Amino acid sequence: MIPFRRPLSALLLALVASAALADASLLNASYDVARDVFKDYNPLFQKYWKQKTGENLELKQSHGGSSKQVRAVADGLEADVVTMNQANDIEFLAEKGLVAKDWAKKFPNNASPYTSAMLFIVRKGNPKALKDWGDLAAPGIQVIVPHPKNTGNGRNTYLSAWAWALKQPGGNDKTAQAFVGKLLKNAPLFAAGGRDATTTFMQRQMGDVLVTFESEAELIAREFGKGGFEVIYPSLTLQTEFPVAIVDKVVDKKGTRHQAQAYLDYLWSKEGQENAAQNYLRPRDAALLKKYGEQFPAVKTFTVDEVFGGASKAFATHFKDGGSFDQIYVQK
Amino acid sequence: MSTNIATREATWVRRSLLAIGLAFLFFFLGLPLFAVFAEALAQGVPVYLEALKEPETRSAIGLTIGIALAVLPFNIAFGVAAAWAIAKFDFRGKSLLITLIDLPFAVSPVVAGLVFILLFGAQGTFGPWLSAHDIRIIFAIPGMIIATLFITFPFIARELIPLMQAQGKEEEEAAVSLGASGWQMFWRVTLPNIKWGLLYGVILSNARAMGEFGAVSVVSGHIRGETNTLPLHVEILYNEYNAIGAFAAASILALLALVTLFAKTIVEWRMKKETEMLATVLAPEKTS
Amino acid sequence: MATKTHRVLPGFGLALGYTLVYLSLLILLPLGGMVLKASELGFGQIMDIALSERSLAAFRVTFGASLLAATVNAFFGLVVAWILVRYPFPGKRFVDALVDLPFALPTAVAGITLSTLYAGNGWLGSYLEPLGIKIAYTPSGIVVALIFITLPFVVRTLQPVIEDIESDVEEAAASLGASRWQTFSRVIFPAIAPALLTGFAMAFSRAVGEYGSVIFIAGNLPLISEITPLLIISKLEQYDVLGATALAVVMLAISFLLLLGINFLQWWAANRYKNEEPLEAAASRAVGGQP
Repeated sequence: MIPFRRPLSALLLALVASAALADASLLNASYDVARDVFKDYNPLFQKYWKQKTGENLELKQSHGGSSKQVRAVADGLEADVVTMNQANDIEFLAEKGLVAKDWAKKFPNNASPYTSAMLFIVRKGNPKALKDWGDLAAPGIQVIVPHPKNTGNGRNTYLSAWAWALKQPGGNDKTAQAFVGKLLKNAPLFAAGGRDATTTFMQRQMGDVLVTFESEAELIAREFGKGGFEVIYPSLTLQTEFPVAIVDKVVDKKGTRHQAQAYLDYLWSKEGQENAAQNYLRPRDAALLKKYGEQFPAVKTFTVDEVFGGASKAFATHFKDGGSFDQIYVQK
Repeated sequence: MSTNIATREATWVRRSLLAIGLAFLFFFLGLPLFAVFAEALAQGVPVYLEALKEPETRSAIGLTIGIALAVLPFNIAFGVAAAWAIAKFDFRGKSLLITLIDLPFAVSPVVAGLVFILLFGAQGTFGPWLSAHDIRIIFAIPGMIIATLFITFPFIARELIPLMQAQGKEEEEAAVSLGASGWQMFWRVTLPNIKWGLLYGVILSNARAMGEFGAVSVVSGHIRGETNTLPLHVEILYNEYNAIGAFAAASILALLALVTLFAKTIVEWRMKKETEMLATVLAPEKTS
Repeated sequence: MATKTHRVLPGFGLALGYTLVYLSLLILLPLGGMVLKASELGFGQIMDIALSERSLAAFRVTFGASLLAATVNAFFGLVVAWILVRYPFPGKRFVDALVDLPFALPTAVAGITLSTLYAGNGWLGSYLEPLGIKIAYTPSGIVVALIFITLPFVVRTLQPVIEDIESDVEEAAASLGASRWQTFSRVIFPAIAPALLTGFAMAFSRAVGEYGSVIFIAGNLPLISEITPLLIISKLEQYDVLGATALAVVMLAISFLLLLGINFLQWWAANRYKNEEPLEAAASRAVGGQP
């Protein structure tokens, strides 16, 4: 009578079996767009770990909006490691005591094994001749972005535009806020997430330009075909980081610190870095970056630390209630 | 239904009402349903079937059905108990009770999830105690069951209350006066009377349980292959650019819905037949 | 009544007791906990959050769109319930079953499908947009999504009531010379009005809380097409659990009051009808000797 009895019992069996077979298991709480990266990375690490220690490690993934994920971890989701796309999310966990306060120093490169950059996706032939951030705020241009306050992707766009405006002659916080306001007014909607923004631009054919991560561009090409769009690199853009951290509270309770540390360390290994490059994320390894030079053209970037004094500060100034985003909208 | 000319609308009125009603349903229900299947089959049937064979999809299907089955006994018990108390007895505060039962309809799914995180999350009221005893509710299956319970328990009660109210107390009172014990009366008199309404409510509550997204999403933890129900999995596949997979999973949900509704129609039809049969059998004697 | 109420039927204590315990555990405790948590902020701060410009705009959008959707569904729901009960037509059973589809389909699927349909290059959008009617990514899109989500409430509440209408009353009215429209407006409609109101109330309260289907079609622009549940999520995104809870409590309070109000209205309407019998019904009773 119970439908799907076979998959149900198979599921039960698999759960029991996997618990029996695996000597340990790690849960990686990650952000939305990272699915592909870890789908490829996890088998690589499992193989390496089995060779090194003979242990069968079970790797589980949880994906969701970056902030939603760390909230879940703070509320009890037992993730051994977190791999996010915003430093302030990990700061939040540090505040709550789940992650060490000096998490950024536990791994090289500010604990970010790879980076990406924000760039523009435009229609084939770039009919509106959009070259740089300034063009996006011009009248009549429609910009597609995910929600600039609620999504990591959107926030990176916001900060990139702000930083660019700061660097313009006579640029200061006031002009930057005015500029970003104009750019946001050119947005006919705020998409529910990064993928939703892409769907809106590519499938629904809305807007003249989509602002997104460099890593998304190739995925868009794979899904929609290379011929439908062009990639434009602005003159200056945010170098987005993908910080990782061990959730001390969980690994100490589960006794998986050893595995968790190795899991994250391996991201900097040759295999880990190559995996990143193949997923269109800029590896830290300079030689690999050069090897994949074709898909990673040179672009002038800045980091959040350089321009905004750190991710937490940027978040507090711009995206908390009453911050610059709210001010733009309240002033109309 | 009378066929007397005087109680029927003019033909043009009938035709217009039919046209308006059906057009409305077509645009707001029919097209979306059709669109789900069209998107799912956009790349042909083999790709569609492949998408359904994905292990994570299958585990999501299993979890969805499992949760729906898990909440069923609780909802039935509550529905029957609440309907019994409300329909057969008079007491103060009845209106308030009914409004309370209706409350989940008014609570946003987002809020429903939030409420349980506030209670059972690590930083919540019972969090520390649960953590100390290593009991996992939120971000595990028990939490998802509780959230689903919250969303679905009114359905059976709401179905049974008007039914039992309409049926009145005479039959049960007669049974009691003839010496039946409470349980005998319940099993032999009440239950057979309400069986179709109960089934109806079960089917509705089931459909709702399987389709719930918002509340379960907040308490789920989204662990692939483990704590993702089918609706959550649809969101994941969609975000992965796997449009075919997403709509294929969605089509499963639509199919489950249609099966549910089909079952419901059969129940209704049986219900009508039984009522009609009883009416013709009992009609000559019913003069009260 | 000086004497203790003696109940003939057994099981009252058990049934009511179980009901109350269940309700307390599942509803009162969690919601109470939420209210308690929100009270950590203090009334003044809660009012600040609730009355901020963005919150007010979101309330306007949310309650406005819900009201519109519930009203549309009240009208069309009545038509649909009427034709399902009274008119035979091919495929009626299938159509009847279809009405429950919004209950069973996950809201996210509904949202994605609807936005695909109404976008500029969608099946419906490609006809509507050249006419200047933009649905997707505007407040109209929100209304459309809410109509879909709450469609079953009115229809399902009205169907049993319409079925229950005794044909003799209609016949009596007709035989007394009432036109079909008079019969409908004076006899039938008052009988189904309470149910219509209930269905409207349920549709409205469901619409107010809807999230999953709306965010894909809404546009989510602050002050224009941002709904209150999205604001709650937005606060959660900033780790502002207190603020989110405060907003949720305010929304809940408004919905609960509206529900209570409509329940009361329905009780009042039902009583009013009972006391004021339409002439035709009274006459038919006199003529036919029926109870």
